[in-house]
Amino acid sequence: MTQDLLQVEALKVHFPVKMNVMQAAGRAVLRRIAAGDAQESAQYERPRVHAVDGISFDVSPGEILGLVGESGCGKTTTGRAVVRLVEPTDGRVVFEGRDITHLPEDALRPLRPRMQIVFQDPHAALNPAMTIGQSIMDPLLIHASIDSAEAKPDVLRVMTEVGLSPAADLFTKYPADLSGGQKQRAVIARAILLRPSLLVADEPVAMLDMSIRARILELLLDLRRRYQLALLFITHDLATAKFLCDRIAIMYLGRIVELGAAADIFRDPKHPYTRALIAAVPVPEPGRARPESLPHGEIPDAIRPPAGCRFHPRCPVALPTCGWEGRDFIDFLEERHLDPERAKGDEAVVGTADEWHAVGRTAGHTLGDQDPGQVAAYVRSILAGAPEPLAKAVEAVDAEADQVVVRFRAPDPLAPKQVEGRMVECLLY
Amino acid sequence: MGDVILEVRDLRVYYSTKRGRVHAVDGVSFDLHAGETLGVVGETGCGKSTLGKSILGLLPPRTQVTGRLALRGRDLVGISEAELRRLRGEELALIFQDPMTRLDPLMTIREHFVETIRAHDRKVRADEAAERAADVLRSMGIPDNRLKHYPHEFSGGMRQRIMIALALVLNPKLLVADEPTTALDVIVEAQILDILRDLRRAYSMSLILITHNLGIVAEVCDRVAVMYAGQFVEVGPVETIFRRPIHPYTQGLLASTISMATKELRSIDGLPPSLLTPPSGCRFHPRCPYAQDICTWEEPAMVEYRPGQPAACHFGKDFV
Repeated sequence: MTQDLLQVEALKVHFPVKMNVMQAAGRAVLRRIAAGDAQESAQYERPRVHAVDGISFDVSPGEILGLVGESGCGKTTTGRAVVRLVEPTDGRVVFEGRDITHLPEDALRPLRPRMQIVFQDPHAALNPAMTIGQSIMDPLLIHASIDSAEAKPDVLRVMTEVGLSPAADLFTKYPADLSGGQKQRAVIARAILLRPSLLVADEPVAMLDMSIRARILELLLDLRRRYQLALLFITHDLATAKFLCDRIAIMYLGRIVELGAAADIFRDPKHPYTRALIAAVPVPEPGRARPESLPHGEIPDAIRPPAGCRFHPRCPVALPTCGWEGRDFIDFLEERHLDPERAKGDEAVVGTADEWHAVGRTAGHTLGDQDPGQVAAYVRSILAGAPEPLAKAVEAVDAEADQVVVRFRAPDPLAPKQVEGRMVECLLY
Repeated sequence: MGDVILEVRDLRVYYSTKRGRVHAVDGVSFDLHAGETLGVVGETGCGKSTLGKSILGLLPPRTQVTGRLALRGRDLVGISEAELRRLRGEELALIFQDPMTRLDPLMTIREHFVETIRAHDRKVRADEAAERAADVLRSMGIPDNRLKHYPHEFSGGMRQRIMIALALVLNPKLLVADEPTTALDVIVEAQILDILRDLRRAYSMSLILITHNLGIVAEVCDRVAVMYAGQFVEVGPVETIFRRPIHPYTQGLLASTISMATKELRSIDGLPPSLLTPPSGCRFHPRCPYAQDICTWEEPAMVEYRPGQPAACHFGKDFV
């Protein structure tokens, strides 16, 4: 038995994309037509958002683990899956030695007091029709089967503890009478009243003004010191994570790309995404040099995440083996055509980016009456001006019947590796 | 420094609400020069967004505006709506925090541009307008083939690029950007900030950047104005404001900012005041660690304690 409080193993959370009957039926027909071709048929599967796609980590008692990433990276879904507010699709969540991945709700309820969650928006987390005292007390009445007269002294004590004082006065106030910081304190009071061993804190200070953020963070540190409370601290704010967390997991498109001690990661980030993220944070020191090259583009769609390493299309140090595929070629064409001169020249031979289609590791363009061999030669000449890793990943440019097809090599398998005391998922190591 | 583009003197903006008069902007004065970027920083409810809107005349009806707000010598306070409409776009432009709420979901990007351009010059043909749109979008890294798309088909960063392109297509002299990157992720934010920096050089445009993020101010702005409870409490070059702040609020704000270099947490006691009933004297006095008697009853004037760095504090000379 390990001494971990929380173990998450190969966790996946996928959400089906909502479709109407016609869309679903249409896809079913297309899937049958394409039945012979596995790759093409897979295109017509019901689309799923790969919010969290196979991540593992653990949290020890009293530890603060930061889940850090940009919007859409899956950090919030991870937090919710850990306390079973969303159903895991695959993998395991073990809390205090017990596998809770698929525990039914009635078996889960006795564990709920031990794992609590605090959300970003304290205004939305408090019932406007309940006094602060009632709101904080509510979970105690549910879980401890005592009445409100018995519960009140506990509530007042916890309110004082989180800095809601004078507690007796604030007990009878409504959320509308409190400031944002006070409301967040009330939400935290409610979460810790049941003495949890794990608190999932999802962007708990993001909505608060800078001059009062520090006080909420101090409160969290204080609670950890006093009660060995462990925190899964979810944030997009690297500076806060750096200050607060013992260890940090950097997430990108449903994967953890780097996981290790906060001090190590900030001193010497290993994954190219971690590096880009840290370099991009604006620093309140005038005169600091700007990062020279930012990753271009934005986080791609989690319905069809990029093959291989999910960061490869934006990565400044990508390799030919990182997972290049057909749509990367189309993106390259689109970017190339930002130059109107080149766009004009290309269009006459290979058409616009819109006229290409991508299937898996190939990109194709249907020809009119041009000579396929000539078009293929032209595509090869364009590729000579492409970013090197993409160009080198091209296995062949073929002319077949009425089509020109660009084929990419298969990516090298990507697996988490130990690099200088931390986990990194990148082919550079 | 270039000519003065915008001259603001004792600007006051009062909203009438059921609970009384809100002093959102209460006596703000500054000059903005050609090609200059001024950052306006402050916390929620300090009046910084109202200041931005007042420059474009985008305040709700029955808002009381007094003082002088002169764009290239021409007073904008009390000017007719028709005149203002002409100035917006050609002279002044605004970009907001959330581009999705500012783009019409039923119009293609091309239609947005054609409408904007033709609203100011009927003689421009639709295809000419689209050509100009394509040029400015390309400079933002958005290819021509996306002109036919609708706003929902773009990512957040792309939409903000489109908003910036739309604001710039008429070549305004002054751009007001209200939290332009707050809804964006950090890498995309850095991309947009790069664009804003390049634009100033390419278009010699003046920029007022309203933000709560001191990191952005440090990286993009030439000067910064610190706003508290409807007033500027300190103005100066970014370099000296960050390294040698005078006003205790500026000091507190800088100290409480959590950055990569943060070693210990600091905060400012108390809460920002209500703009319905701002405190007497210096508005910061209830939260100020250095407050004396005089601060409770006498409003401090802006005094240039250091050349080019005025601050509104009775004891400013002690902090120089």
